[in-house]
Amino acid sequence: MAPRFQGVDFYALDALLSDEERMIRETVREWVDDRVLPVIEEAYIGRHFPEELIPEMGELGMLGANLPEEYGCAELNNVAYGLIMQELERGDSGVRSFASVQGALVMYPIHAFGSEEHRREWLPQLASGAKIGCFGLTEPDYGSNPGGMITTARRSGDGWVLNGTKMWITNGSMADVAIIWAQTGEIGDASSIRGFVVPTDTPGFTARDQKGKLSLLASDTSELHLEDVEVPESALLPGSGGLKSPLMCLTQARYGIAWGAIGAAMACYAEALSYAGARVMFDGPIGGKQIQQVRLADMLTGITQAQLVAWRLGRLKDEGAMTPQQVSLAKRANVNMACEVAREARRLLGGNGILVEYSAMRHMANLESVYTYEGTDDIHALILGQAVTGIAAY
Amino acid sequence: MNIIVCVKRVPDTETRVRVGDDGVSIDPSGVKHVLSPYDEFAVEAALRLREGAGSGEVAVVTLGDDSSQETLRSALAMGADRAVLLKGEVSHDGLATAKALAAEIGEADAPLVLCGVKAADDDQQQVGPMLATLLGRPCATAVSSFELADGTVRCRSEVEGGTALFELPLPAVLTITKGEYEPRYASLKGIMAAKRKPLEVKDAAASPSRLKVETMELPPERAAGRIVGEGADAVPELVRLLREEANVL
Repeated sequence: MAPRFQGVDFYALDALLSDEERMIRETVREWVDDRVLPVIEEAYIGRHFPEELIPEMGELGMLGANLPEEYGCAELNNVAYGLIMQELERGDSGVRSFASVQGALVMYPIHAFGSEEHRREWLPQLASGAKIGCFGLTEPDYGSNPGGMITTARRSGDGWVLNGTKMWITNGSMADVAIIWAQTGEIGDASSIRGFVVPTDTPGFTARDQKGKLSLLASDTSELHLEDVEVPESALLPGSGGLKSPLMCLTQARYGIAWGAIGAAMACYAEALSYAGARVMFDGPIGGKQIQQVRLADMLTGITQAQLVAWRLGRLKDEGAMTPQQVSLAKRANVNMACEVAREARRLLGGNGILVEYSAMRHMANLESVYTYEGTDDIHALILGQAVTGIAAY
Repeated sequence: MNIIVCVKRVPDTETRVRVGDDGVSIDPSGVKHVLSPYDEFAVEAALRLREGAGSGEVAVVTLGDDSSQETLRSALAMGADRAVLLKGEVSHDGLATAKALAAEIGEADAPLVLCGVKAADDDQQQVGPMLATLLGRPCATAVSSFELADGTVRCRSEVEGGTALFELPLPAVLTITKGEYEPRYASLKGIMAAKRKPLEVKDAAASPSRLKVETMELPPERAAGRIVGEGADAVPELVRLLREEANVL
């Protein structure tokens, strides 16, 4: 059996965590060692999400883990939630993406904007993994500018008719339910955007697997087509109103990504460190070469900085004091860091670094998606630019 | 039926331990501690028994200092109902530990007491049988599975080269080894619930250790492997070495 992952904690940050937070991290860490790592290579090469993991993720309480217990969730604080994301992404960004979408982009809006009936109907099933959800905001021509969306919801009798196309939808093909964001008013009027709970077996709803990906291969990424999809009035998320609603969901998901990226980076760093100690070249381990030591020192530094940012962000979130701009900084900085760590780890591994039996290149390729989704690196820079200058540049 | 499981906090088996400056103990810095894996089997066995019966209580008991509370919480997170920390010194004297546990368990209404077959740190396999003797109960060791029937417990024990079947009258003490009892993951809800479960802290019955550690040393580094040759020509030499040096053939 491969040795268990021991984590990276150069600054004794464990002391900043409660016993429960540490135990939750250890449990998920062990689960990832036991369940994710043995299957992830095959899933990645085979280009499919390892669906067999879903029931146990639900059973252990990893889905929507920071939502209330009365809806079947684990009701953890946000640091514990973040640690789950970190550990899942240590396995694979696709596995973390699944949990992020289910929890932050499907369960969160149902909880935040849904009716009590929505919550009772959907949250327990989504928490247990019996049902899978996806989130339809991005469109082919509206990525960084979701307010321009052209998917429409029009009144029809007692209900609504939805038309449009959504792109880059994680979990899209395997989902039982989709949270669809649509314009209920004039195109371009972002204040008329509302959310709808749409069962994916509704006539006119189709999902198509995104072909040709070179990243997140162990993840379901799909395109959704809605052609005269008729839903009852009860499909509307009554508390949703304007672009702000989906952006609130994205803040939740980005928060989880800020933690998840640390997990991917830790996996790459640990692999590189172990390889550097074992790989002999010029009569000694390559870990004894200055150039590899610089690489490892840079990785360790980046990971430690990211850990502190994520921890503080989590505490702020639990105090109700976190701002979306702080989330932008953490998402951008931590994912950027993880991209660098993965790339340097891959290089340290030499030729072996391009093989799937090592994790660095898989993480490296995955992280290019993570860099781009949920607000690109560039967009988060502009959010921060606006925050400090008061001038919007997008 | 109520079940008591005796557990121990041990260094994580994945941790690389170092001998401390005093030369007689493990340097605690950077060492992660866990519920001894054999005790996890025992907790798992107890939980399955309770779940199968639909009633009864699983209590976990340990001897240790305050840091052992975390270990007890791990067992509570798996699903145990309550925990007792007997505050006292943990020594290498199995009898001292057994006496402290026996004083607590005494006349408790718990027909079944389970221990791990051994602690993952000192490997002594003493506490279970000693505890049974002190309690005047029968004991089966290295039990890989068991079931209850009419006031008795039927056990399968791992013995050299095979399996032994025992039937013991209750109340009894069993020491559990890996068998059917692959421990569950503590669910995240279980971890949160563990915080709210009763954890009683009391002083252990004093029972001084009669063993003194003189020195503690790490095992010698394993020598590098040897390549005896290549291809079929090397086989006779390899067989000779396996037979005469390694004594495995």
